[in-house]
Amino acid sequence: MRVPLSWLREFAPFSLPARELGEVFDDLGMVVESITEVGAGLGDVVVGRVVSIEPIAGADKIRKVMVDAGRADPVQVVCGAWNFSVGESVPFVPVGAVLPGDFEIGRRKMKGVVSEGMLCSARELALGEDAGGLMVLASDVAPPGTPLVEALGIEHDVVYDLAIEANRPDANCVLGVARDAAARLGLPVSAPAAGWGGAAGDARFAVEVSSPELCDRFTATVFEGVEVGPSPEWVARRLTLAGMRPISNVVDASNYVMLELGQPTHAYDLDRLPVPALRVRAARPGEQLTTLDDVVRTLGGSDCLICDGLDEAIGIGGIMGGASSEVFSGTTRVALEAAHFVPMAIARTSKRIGLRSEASARFERGVDVLGIERSVDRFASLLALTCPGLTQRGGTVDWQAPGVGAAAPIRVRVDRVNAVLGTRLGAPAMAGLLEPIGFGVTSVDGVLDVTAPSFRPDVTAEIDVVEEVARHHGYSNIARTTVRPAQVGALTPYQGTRRVVRGVLCGAGLSEAAGGPLVSPGDHERSGLPESEIVASDPLVREESVLRSSLRPGLLRAVAFNQDRRNPDLGLFEIGKTWRPPHPSADVPDSRAAVAPGRGLPDEREVLAVVLAGAGPDGRGADASAAVRVLRRLAAALHVSGFDLAAAPAPGLHPTRTAEVAFGEHVIGLVGEIDPDVAGAWGIDGRVGWLEVELPPFVAHAAADERARPLSRFPSSDLDLAFAVADDTPAAAVEATLRAAGGPLLEWIRLFDVYRGPGVASGSRSLAFRLRFVSLDHTLSDAELAGVRGACIEAVERAHPATLRA
Amino acid sequence: MSDVAAIERDAAAAAAAASSLDELRTAQAAVLGKRGSLTQLNSTLGRLAPEERKKAGAALYEARARLAALFDDRAAALAASEREVRLEAERLDLTEVLPGPLQGSLSLVTQTRDALEDTFVGMGFSVAEGPEVESDWHNFEALNIPPAHPARSNFDTLYLDWGEPESTLLRTHTSPVQIRLMLAQPPPIYAVMPGRVYRKDTPDARHTPSFSQIEGLVVDHGITFGDLAGTIDTFTQAYFGPDIHARLRPAYFPFTEPSAEYEITCSICRGAGCRTCSGTGWVELGGCGMVHPNVFRAVGVDPEEWTGFAFGFGIDRLAQMRYEIADMRVLLDNDLRFVTQF
Repeated sequence: MRVPLSWLREFAPFSLPARELGEVFDDLGMVVESITEVGAGLGDVVVGRVVSIEPIAGADKIRKVMVDAGRADPVQVVCGAWNFSVGESVPFVPVGAVLPGDFEIGRRKMKGVVSEGMLCSARELALGEDAGGLMVLASDVAPPGTPLVEALGIEHDVVYDLAIEANRPDANCVLGVARDAAARLGLPVSAPAAGWGGAAGDARFAVEVSSPELCDRFTATVFEGVEVGPSPEWVARRLTLAGMRPISNVVDASNYVMLELGQPTHAYDLDRLPVPALRVRAARPGEQLTTLDDVVRTLGGSDCLICDGLDEAIGIGGIMGGASSEVFSGTTRVALEAAHFVPMAIARTSKRIGLRSEASARFERGVDVLGIERSVDRFASLLALTCPGLTQRGGTVDWQAPGVGAAAPIRVRVDRVNAVLGTRLGAPAMAGLLEPIGFGVTSVDGVLDVTAPSFRPDVTAEIDVVEEVARHHGYSNIARTTVRPAQVGALTPYQGTRRVVRGVLCGAGLSEAAGGPLVSPGDHERSGLPESEIVASDPLVREESVLRSSLRPGLLRAVAFNQDRRNPDLGLFEIGKTWRPPHPSADVPDSRAAVAPGRGLPDEREVLAVVLAGAGPDGRGADASAAVRVLRRLAAALHVSGFDLAAAPAPGLHPTRTAEVAFGEHVIGLVGEIDPDVAGAWGIDGRVGWLEVELPPFVAHAAADERARPLSRFPSSDLDLAFAVADDTPAAAVEATLRAAGGPLLEWIRLFDVYRGPGVASGSRSLAFRLRFVSLDHTLSDAELAGVRGACIEAVERAHPATLRA
Repeated sequence: MSDVAAIERDAAAAAAAASSLDELRTAQAAVLGKRGSLTQLNSTLGRLAPEERKKAGAALYEARARLAALFDDRAAALAASEREVRLEAERLDLTEVLPGPLQGSLSLVTQTRDALEDTFVGMGFSVAEGPEVESDWHNFEALNIPPAHPARSNFDTLYLDWGEPESTLLRTHTSPVQIRLMLAQPPPIYAVMPGRVYRKDTPDARHTPSFSQIEGLVVDHGITFGDLAGTIDTFTQAYFGPDIHARLRPAYFPFTEPSAEYEITCSICRGAGCRTCSGTGWVELGGCGMVHPNVFRAVGVDPEEWTGFAFGFGIDRLAQMRYEIADMRVLLDNDLRFVTQF
C-alpha cells in the first residue's frame, strides 16, 4: 500500500526524518518496500505547449516536436511518445537539467535532428506510475514556461510503499498506519474531520438482506444535488500518489475514503436503479453478471450478489460492481453502499472467479464493521467540496445482522504473556502498550480483560494479544537467550550413510543431479516405463504435470542436455523420491493422513539412480560393466554384500544387459544399460549405463559385524584357476561354487580375466579366478593346497557346464 | 717376474677398455679368475727357490690386490654411468600427464544443506525428514490453515489427482515434517527439517517452482520468544561468521504467533548499505515465530505445558546469495558446466 507522508500527518504530527519513520514502520511489521521522494528535483521542469509535430525522415518511432517553453523561440525536441497532439501542454526539461534519480538531460542528436531537451512522462518525474506516454497536462494549466511545481501546486512529499500483513486489517488505510506509528512514538492521533451536516428528508430507500452469512451489515445513503466532475486538485493528487487514477469526484471520494479509513463503498446512480432499493442475496447457481471490467462472471450459491429492487444482479458484493448502474457524467442522485461482507465469503468468491479488487482485498482481511458511519460522513464531506448543492435524502438505511460488532473480552494472563515472550512486563506496562492502539484493558489480579477494537477483527485469542504486546514493546527489546538441548545433536545413521554414498559416487567421478518430481506427459513412455498414474490436478505447465515413478526421465533428460552442450562423457547420480500407487494390501492410514476414506498417500520411496554416458566419468566407457563397477564400488564402501545380480529384462533397459539387484527374493534395484531405442528416443548417442536402487533397503544390508578380522602371521598361497564355462552360466555362479569349495582357508577370490576366442569353444568363455588361501595357525603345505585345488575344480566341473583349462 | 707387470698392465688396460659391467667381469675373470692369467702364475711359484718364492709370492699378492681394487673402482664407475643412462632414458615430463578420472561434484544445494545441518547438529539439533507428497491435513490444516483460509492463496499449491479433490499435494513447505515429528514423539524436541518443497510458480531469476528449505522446531518447557531470537542469532553467527547478525521484525504466518521476519546483516556490504540490500544493510532470510497454540492442539501437545518456536528459510536462496548466482534457473538444468564448478 502506498502512503504519502503528508496524508499521514493529517492524523499525527510525525516529525522524524523520512527514513527514520520508515524504520518505525518496519519495526512494527509494516514493511517498507520503498520510499519515494516526490516533487524533489523538478525545479527545472516547465510547462511546454506543443507548437508542431513533424515526422523525421527514416524514423518511424520518433518525431520532431517544436515546443513553446516560454522562451522567445520554440525549442526543438525529438520525442518517442505518441499520446499528445499540437496545442497540448506537457512537461518540458531543458538540456543541463537533472531529473529525479540523477538523470541528467544532455543535448542529443537522433537521425540528424538535435534535441534541445526532453518531454516527460509522470514516471520520469516521479509523479506517478504512468510511463506509457507523456504526462499530458490540462491545456489551461498555466502559460508555457511556468515551473511545473507551480503550475500543479506540487509540494514536496514522501510516499511509503508498505507491505501489510494479513493479520493487520487495520493497517490497510492511512489512518491505521498513522495510529500504529503514533502509538510507538507516543504521538496523539486525531480522527478525520467529521460532521458534514447534510440536510435530512424522507428516507425512501429500501434495503433487504437475505444472506446474513455473506453480508452482516449493509447501509445505503441517498445523496441528491450531485454534479459529476473532476475532484479538487489535492484529492486527485493524493489518489495519484497512493497509486489510484482520479476518475470523477464521486468515484474519487469513494476511493479516498477507502484509502484513508479502510472502508470500501460503492456509489450507484439512483436514477439507473428501477426502484429505490437494493437487495443482498446469494447468487443462484449459474447466475451471470457483467462486471465493471466488462467481463461476464458466472456465479454460484456461495457468492454474494447485490441486486436492484427487481432482483436483477447489479454487482458482486464486496468485490466489484456491474456496469448497468454505474455513476456517469450525467448522474445527479447517488445511492452510496457502505457494507460489511464476511471475510471468508469474499476470499472464497474472489479466489474462485479470479477477481481481486482493492475492495475485496480489504474485505477478505476484515474491515471495521463499526466504521461505516464515519466513512459515509467522510464521503459526503469530500463530495460536498465539488457539489455545493449536495443534500442527503433521509438518514442512512442500516441493516445489521444480530450481534454485529459485539466483541467479547479476551482473558489475557500477564504471566502467560511473559512466559511466551521471555519478558518481565507488568500489567500496567502491557496496558500502556495496548491502549494507544485502541484496545480496552482492565486488569484484575494478574489477568487482563482485553477488548479488541472493531478495526482489529483478527484479534480473537490470548495469543493474538501476546503478539500485539510484543510488537509494540519492540522485538528488538526482548532479551535474547540461548537454548541448551539435553540431547546430543546428530544425524541419523541413514542420513550419515547417505552422505557417504554421495561422497563415494563423487569420488568415482559422478556428479550430483537433481530433478523435479513432475515430468512431462510421455516422459515415462519415452524412458520405456509405464506412464505414471499420478498427475497434477491443475498444473501450471503441461511439461510439469506427471508425478515421476522413476528418476530415469529426469536423468536421461540431463544426459541429453549435456550432450547437446558438448559434454558427452559423464556420470550423474541423483538421490530422490519416486512415487507409485500403494500396494493394495498397504496399511490404511489413520484418518488424519487419509486422503479419501481408507486411502493413504502414494507410496513414496527414496531411490539412488546413476546414469553413465559417452566415455563415462573415468574414460573406461559407459556400458553395463561400468554401471556394475559403480555398484560394486558403492557396495564395497558401505560394506554391503550378499546381493545377487540376476539377469532379467526390465522395461526400458537393454534386454540382454540388465540384472536385478536382489537380496534373496527381495529385488531392490536394477543395473545394466538403457535400451538403445530408449537412448535414441532421448537423442543420446552410444551406450548408456544405468543403475537404480532403493537406497534405504540397500544401505540396510551394510555388514552389521564390525569386528576386526585377525591377520595371519603365516605366508599365503595363490591359486589361479581358469575354466571354460558355457556363456549362459553366470560367472557369479562359478564364483559362488569356488567360494564354497574353498572352505575356511579361502581368504579371497577374484575374477581377473574373461577371454573369448581361439582355444575356447564358441558358446563359452574362459573365466580365470585367483584364489588366495591362508591359515591362521600354520603355513599351508603343498598337499593341503593340492587338496583344495582338486576340490575346487571338481566342484565347478560338477556344478556347471565348465571344464578346467590346461 | 716381468710377467706380473705385463699382466697387470694388460689387465688395467682391459679394465679401462671395458664399456659395460659384463665386459669388465669377463676381463676380470681373465686375470683374477680360477684360470686367470695372474692366478695361473701361482703355479709357477713352486719352481722358485724359497727366498725367491717368498718375494715373488708377495709381488703376486700385491698385484692381485691392486687389480682387485682397480676392477672394483672400474665396476662402480660403470654401474654409476649405466644407472645414469638407464634413468635418463626414463626421464618424464610431469606436465604431459594425461588427466585421470575426475572428482565429481555434489549439487550446490546439497553442499549448502549439509553445511546447515552440520551447524544445527553442532547446536544440539537432530535432523528430521518426511514425505514430499503430503496430505492437506499435514501441510495446511494441522498448521492452523483450515480450508478456505486466505493464507492458502499465498502458497500456490500443486495438488495431485489423488484421493478426494485437493486432499493430496506436493508439500509447499517442510512444516508438515514438524507435524509428523510432534505426532511421533513427545517433547522435548530440538530438530531441523531440510528438504525440497514445491510451488506452482513460473520460474524466474529469483524463484524456481521447486526449491529446498530448512526449518527448525524447538518444543520444551519454558521456551520463549527470547530463546527464538537468541537461537536465530547463534545460528547466524555460526554459519555466516561473527560479524553477521540477525534481527527480527513482526510478520504474519498462520502457524506461529508472535511471528517474525528474519533478516541478517547484508553479507555483500557487511551492513553498510548497498544495492543488494536496497541500502538497508539487511537482507531477508526467512520467517519464524512461536508455535501457535492451535498447531500444538492439532498434534495433541498441551500448549499450556509446552511452548516452542519454529523457523525456516530457503537453502537455494542462501546458495544464491553466497555464490552470487545471477539466475536460479541454472539449478534446475543439471548442467555439468555449472555443477562441476563447486
